[in-house]
Amino acid sequence: MIEKERGQAPPFGGVFVAHARVLDSEDIQRAIQRMAHEIVERNHGLENVVLIGLQTGGVVVAEMLAEALKEINGSHPPLGTLDVALHRDDIGMRPVMPEAVTDISVDLDGATIVIADDVLYTGRTIRAALDALCDFGRPKEIQLAVMVDRGHRELPIRPDYVGKNLPTRKDEVVDVSSEGVDLGRIEK
Amino acid sequence: MTLVIRGGTVVDQNGEQEADVKISEDGSILEIDKNLKGDQELDASGCVVTAGFVDLHSHLREPGQEDAETIQTGSRGGALGGYTALVAMPNTTPTMDCLAVIDQVRGLGQESICEVIPTAAMTVDRKGEQMAPMGELVDAGVGIFTDDGNGLQDPRLMRRIMEYSTGLTHRLGRPIILAQHCEIEALSCGGYMHEGAWSSRLGIPGQPAEAEELMVSRDIALVRLTGAHMHFQHLSTAGSVEMVRKAKEEGLPVTAEATTHHFSLTDAACASYDPVFKVHPPLRTDEDVKAVKAGLADGTIDAIATDHAPHTDHSKEKSFSEAPPGMLGLQTAFSITLEESGLDIHQIFSLMSWRPAVIAGIADRHGMTVSPGSRANLCVIDLNETWTVSGKSMASLSSNTPYEGRRLRGYVRHTIQAGEAVVIDGEAQR
Amino acid sequence: MNQSPSKSLLSIEGMTKHELEEILELTDTFDEIGRRPIPKVPALRGRTVATLFFEDSTRTRLSFETAARRLSADTMSFSAGSSSLSKGESIRDTVEVIEAYGADLLVVRHPAAGTAQRIDNWTNASVINAGDGCHEHPTQALLDAYTLRKHKGSLEGLRIAIVGDILHSRVARSDVLAFSMLGAEVVLVAPPTLLPPSIEGWPVEISYNLDEILPTIDVCYLLRVQNERINEGLIPSVREYVTDYGLNVKRASTLPKDALICHPGPTNRGIEIEAAVAADPRSVILDQVANGVSIRMAILFLLLGSGRNLMEDADVEVNQ
Repeated sequence: MIEKERGQAPPFGGVFVAHARVLDSEDIQRAIQRMAHEIVERNHGLENVVLIGLQTGGVVVAEMLAEALKEINGSHPPLGTLDVALHRDDIGMRPVMPEAVTDISVDLDGATIVIADDVLYTGRTIRAALDALCDFGRPKEIQLAVMVDRGHRELPIRPDYVGKNLPTRKDEVVDVSSEGVDLGRIEK
Repeated sequence: MTLVIRGGTVVDQNGEQEADVKISEDGSILEIDKNLKGDQELDASGCVVTAGFVDLHSHLREPGQEDAETIQTGSRGGALGGYTALVAMPNTTPTMDCLAVIDQVRGLGQESICEVIPTAAMTVDRKGEQMAPMGELVDAGVGIFTDDGNGLQDPRLMRRIMEYSTGLTHRLGRPIILAQHCEIEALSCGGYMHEGAWSSRLGIPGQPAEAEELMVSRDIALVRLTGAHMHFQHLSTAGSVEMVRKAKEEGLPVTAEATTHHFSLTDAACASYDPVFKVHPPLRTDEDVKAVKAGLADGTIDAIATDHAPHTDHSKEKSFSEAPPGMLGLQTAFSITLEESGLDIHQIFSLMSWRPAVIAGIADRHGMTVSPGSRANLCVIDLNETWTVSGKSMASLSSNTPYEGRRLRGYVRHTIQAGEAVVIDGEAQR
Repeated sequence: MNQSPSKSLLSIEGMTKHELEEILELTDTFDEIGRRPIPKVPALRGRTVATLFFEDSTRTRLSFETAARRLSADTMSFSAGSSSLSKGESIRDTVEVIEAYGADLLVVRHPAAGTAQRIDNWTNASVINAGDGCHEHPTQALLDAYTLRKHKGSLEGLRIAIVGDILHSRVARSDVLAFSMLGAEVVLVAPPTLLPPSIEGWPVEISYNLDEILPTIDVCYLLRVQNERINEGLIPSVREYVTDYGLNVKRASTLPKDALICHPGPTNRGIEIEAAVAADPRSVILDQVANGVSIRMAILFLLLGSGRNLMEDADVEVNQ
């Protein structure tokens, strides 16, 4: 996920090299299950809930949450994907390219949106997502679910559902997949 | 004050010899020998010393477009290029079609460092409708008539002018020369470059080779009919060269010139859309360039001319279609010829000096042998020294040279105009 | 064509297949944005796009302006008659003035070939060629390719006929290059006087017989024919052109059922296309117009927002 993002946007590029596996696939599943229950609890069910995964890392998190919610609730909420590249605040300062087409086919007016992303870091991606979502309609509420919160927020953004809190150094990189969560660095 | 050119190799119609040249203060050559001394001495070591060049085709823009060039600045450029005589084209404003303007041009020419030979238009205001007062102009010494800038479209009028000109021979002392810019406008209309693979690719409307060739063919037939002397200007196509070759074989009184750009550049140059490459007739194909070179080598083409056509930067900063056609030529002519023509020095001097002097009727003072008694119109050239072309640093008021940035061989060190050293060490003296 | 890579889009010539495909893929993103309730993203906020049209064209100019505005860019428009150009200011002077007003990108349309290229040499701003004389109209070819890709999946192996005044058509030149680069076969159908003097090196077939070609093609791309061509003696009359080369109902019935009919617009009903055929379900003419905005958004974004032309050693910071 992260490699692909880096590969797409020069002058990134380089390969992610893991130093430590922080969560394995079972840990991830447990976290997903817990977060799914929290979502149902907080929203008193799943009425009007829409799950939106952020391209590209959040899509698999959204899909895993949807599966878990289906087991709990019988059916899963509508699922969409959102590419926030065009709403980023660093366009023009560095190479930026959208990686996938946004797919939101449900009306967002009055919806309770749960944004799903893999890693929450500075918060700028979420700010861009909030900006983008408001162009689709006026949701009743927006909540945020992330697999990993690695700290170092630069904006007043906070998650509602967290898989793991993981303190990190700024030069480290966090990679999330369904196999596990790794901590490492980018090597060129 | 005597002038001596020391240490060079004298090259002329008779051959080559290492010798100094001594010039008297009345402007004629006194002596050719070794170790001569004089009041003023110019160093010509490593150089050739030869008759100054004669350009049969220069646009000096005065009167009327003095922002692009004046007779003085044009002459300076000519002298720096080794020229001692420039034949001035009549498409000035007002047109050189009457005594008053001819006299003005001659007068301005007298102050300049090249001898300026005015031509006159064949038709009034070059409109192609009515004959210009040829008799009066011939009496004033004009020997070449041309509507250059345009070809004379009406075949009937062309025939009449040719016939009329044959009746003026006795007044000039030699045949009147009618010089033609061959372009049938009905075929060339709206064409800004050569019509072919490149124009199709670039989306620029082109003019076919036939627009030139049909007029060459027409005029050869009319020469056969009337006996007039026709000089074909800036031949650019293989077909034109071949027709002139056959006409000469037949013994018809025709001569021809080709410009340096027509044997060194092709239509591919227009791919940059830079109007510095826009010219009429247009740059043609590789085959045409080969044919022009062959024509120069075998004598079909008598002279290399420049068609020196200055245009201000402002006027060339337009789209390819809107910009005026024409390029500078005087300062680069010899070097380009040396580098690109494939000819040896004797052939080059014949094409740039000896033959054009005869055609222009000035062989009594230009293009002469470098020998005692000859008028001292000379240039001194270092064949091996190189220089870099820069439009902005040329003597011309304009900078539209297609050779910008090229490093060329053949540097004119000195130029002598009627015994006066007007260019010394590559610097014009006035 | 020498365009500074990533600075400007001047022609299809000089582009690679990869670059073309990248633009087409990117356009899907902008196509989706156009379908949102609020079809706007802040990607080019603070940037200024100036349209410099020396030739009238409300449709193309509006298409570019819409594209710019959907990306939140500011727009400025200059057109020939209204500016000081007619007062003798040179093109170069005008471009310098527009740059001084803060334009980051110039969209240029001019009746003379090569003008966009020359303007690109004179300015640091990006330049998009919106049509230069009879030379090229690259954004049109891109939107045409995108439209065909949307309907047919890919252009590989498609047989496309371009019918009409090829000689004077910049759209045809750009399409020939783009379509053949993407793997299509191109046939030019026109009378000899409306074909370029030389097609040496062009990856095309030629035919003077529209009826013979129609049943064999996947796409029929029609060009406008202008009345001026009769005055220039290129065709005897409009009537003869319509009889021999117009897509009428009878001819449309010989076109394969799954073929597409295209036109760069505006159409001359009754000349190159019969009115009834314009409404034929195989016509994708309106799609072409809609796709024009999306394609132009993709190109504006690539040139101004994607950061492709930033220095290689830009600050690398992971932004999660």
